[in-house]
Amino acid sequence: MAQSVLKVVDIKKSFAGVEALKGVSLEIAPGEIHCLAGENGCGKSTLIKIISGVYEPNSGQIEFNGKVHTKITPIEAIMNGIQVIYQDFSIFPNLSVMENLAFNSELANKHKLVNLKRMRKIAKEAIARINFEVDLDVKVGTLSVADKQLVAICRALMFGAKLIIMDEPTTALTRKEVSALFKIILDLKAQGIATLFVSHKLDEVFEISERFTIIRSGEKIITGNTSELDNKKFTFYMTGREFEDISFTPKISDEEPVLEAAKLGLTGYFEDISFSLHKGEILGLTGLLGSGRTELALALFGMRKADSGTIKINGKEVVLDSVRTAMENGIGYVPEDRLSEGLFLPRGIGDNVVISEIDSLANGIGILDRSRKSKEIARWVKKLSIATPNPDNACSTLSGGNQQRIVLAKWLSRDPNVLILNGPTMGVDIGSKHDIHMILEKLADEGMALIIISDDIPEIMSTCSKIMIMKEGRITATLNPKETDTKELSKYMM
Amino acid sequence: MPQIVKKLTQKTETYIFIVILALSFLIELRSGQFFTSNNLVDLASAMIVPGLFAIGAFMVIVSGGIDVSFPALASLSIYATTSTLLNANYKGGIWLPIVMTLAIGALLGAFNGFIISVFNLPPFIVTLGTSSVFKGVMQGVLNSKQLATIPKGMSSFGTSALFVATNSKSGLTSRMPVAIIALIIVLILAYLILYKTMSGRGIFAIGGNETSAYRAGFNVKQIKFLLYVGVGVISSLAGLIRVCMMTQCHPTNMLGMEMMIIAGVVLGGTAITGGAGSLTGCMLGTALIVIVQNSLILLGIPTFWQDCFLGLLILIGTGVSASQVMRNSRMTKTIKIRRAA
Repeated sequence: MAQSVLKVVDIKKSFAGVEALKGVSLEIAPGEIHCLAGENGCGKSTLIKIISGVYEPNSGQIEFNGKVHTKITPIEAIMNGIQVIYQDFSIFPNLSVMENLAFNSELANKHKLVNLKRMRKIAKEAIARINFEVDLDVKVGTLSVADKQLVAICRALMFGAKLIIMDEPTTALTRKEVSALFKIILDLKAQGIATLFVSHKLDEVFEISERFTIIRSGEKIITGNTSELDNKKFTFYMTGREFEDISFTPKISDEEPVLEAAKLGLTGYFEDISFSLHKGEILGLTGLLGSGRTELALALFGMRKADSGTIKINGKEVVLDSVRTAMENGIGYVPEDRLSEGLFLPRGIGDNVVISEIDSLANGIGILDRSRKSKEIARWVKKLSIATPNPDNACSTLSGGNQQRIVLAKWLSRDPNVLILNGPTMGVDIGSKHDIHMILEKLADEGMALIIISDDIPEIMSTCSKIMIMKEGRITATLNPKETDTKELSKYMM
Repeated sequence: MPQIVKKLTQKTETYIFIVILALSFLIELRSGQFFTSNNLVDLASAMIVPGLFAIGAFMVIVSGGIDVSFPALASLSIYATTSTLLNANYKGGIWLPIVMTLAIGALLGAFNGFIISVFNLPPFIVTLGTSSVFKGVMQGVLNSKQLATIPKGMSSFGTSALFVATNSKSGLTSRMPVAIIALIIVLILAYLILYKTMSGRGIFAIGGNETSAYRAGFNVKQIKFLLYVGVGVISSLAGLIRVCMMTQCHPTNMLGMEMMIIAGVVLGGTAITGGAGSLTGCMLGTALIVIVQNSLILLGIPTFWQDCFLGLLILIGTGVSASQVMRNSRMTKTIKIRRAA
């Protein structure tokens, strides 16, 4: 192997006595595309901050191009060709593309006055490196997420970068934008620039990287070639647990359906939707964007009123014209964007858990009964195994998986008969995803009926007992996951 | 040409300008007094002090901070200067008072800047606190009371005129104070600093995203510190000019101006969240407030309606920009959902 761009050896770092990194090593060759993977909170970000000079390690050494350093500053890291593209891209939305691109080099060269001509020249050269076409005078805030990222990449390339570290670069990108990004990463490779790609998304790791390193709880688990990695191993290395792919079989059989829809329609979104859902069943609902699946879910939760057809709950016909009536009929809904739609992030974990049943915790004159509230909170924190030292902590302090559990708790606290989950594991790491599936299956076995809406075909296949596929507002197939495969599913979706 | 029109319609400054014009013509129509030379000179003269304060407030707001202590800071620095000079029986010109006032202003501003940049505390809380401290020092330590006279050098600076405008019809005269030059110089300096120096761009950068500014290599702490020092200097200059023009020093009569000044700055299109705004907008917003304060009387509207009218202006002005912000954030949200689904 040629002289490595970056080599870190036995890095240890602790914060207030808590060991975040317990002796991690990592080596990257010129032009290599390396993926650093691990679950949330495993120490990935800490390692990156040490490489980029933001944190100082407690012990261990860092080598740039064969030169050993024990302590580096952010400027030294940049001078050695290390560039980090943060998740927020570190851009100024209120300033022009030109200024965003030129500031770093203007400041590095200690220019005190603004020279528009020189700045324009720098910016032009920067975007030419990756053939990025953009108006230099528009404000960066008006660009799309993908373009903002390209601005950040162009800026990173300006200082003779040898290694670009990208922190979860694909989170907010569409599939097409991800492909465009990967093409750029390959272009950079051709120019001899290495990329360290931080991700916990399996398919990305396989698609782009040549080598990988997986960290778990501050320790390096394995480094190797991506070609030797498969799905199962990856999951095991990430979580330290083995998950078996067994499909879900309902344990309860009940003749009477809990929820029955007949010829349900909403003009412009869906029509002729008929299905029935029994106690203990998990129904998977899938389909492409715009297939009407989300609108159907919203209609079942009373957020949009269906304008034709009937809905029966426990054999009784009901009109779901508001969230309130849906909730009174025992229907719960977990929204798809868990961060912005489902939680009061700055409020306490406990408050979030009991919010949907808060009126039942009030005493006769409408004042909150505190002791009952804390009992209820304690019950749910235990039941859902939410990892928190104190339920008064803000929700934003929790990891994605734990946040998802709280959203669940919010709705479960009303003990619904039917629970609709829209993209329940989106943005959640593998371990938590598995835990959420286990919780859902347990709920079904306890007699709840569930509907899961998801794009994640493997998820639908392994968690659901029945799959319903929608296309252009109609149901194209209802399948049993045990008798079908991914291919057949996508055939009905397209 | 259409491109320019399109660009103009996207700017808050354009709308504020239209509102000012409309108001001016309305007042002219009702009173026939607005576009008289002496009224215009009176307005310009009334702009000096609020204009200076607004420049300082603008720079802080653009950096994502806020300063509510500037009237107290100005009052303390000018009161300390005037009473010291009176006690010393000072007979000289304006230069010593200027140097003294600005030095005290810089010191007090540095106090703000030190707490805000070194301890990284929220500027609103800090300046709210120092505002009380400044008032307390003035009223307690300096035992402030109204000074009916000020040193001769100061009053002659305040009353000397660049030129005198005479209303040919009514015969009323108005003097354009020399102090307007101070406003023009500060305005030019602020423009040069904000747009032509890297530190000035740093103020915008910090207002846009402080972490990014730090990562890009801006010396964030230093820029913030110097910014509050600068605001201290500009504000104390405004205080000095006000006292000189009034030819007496009233320790508390500038207090309470901060909200009106900040309102003017925001009305001119400066984002209260930082990062966006222009000096032009800041001046136009302040001008609108000054016109309302000075000229509604020409319309025969009783003065107590002034506050009501100003309040409405601020509600509408800030309401419009707030709804724009909301619309923008809603737009990004639907995009997010579309991508996620």
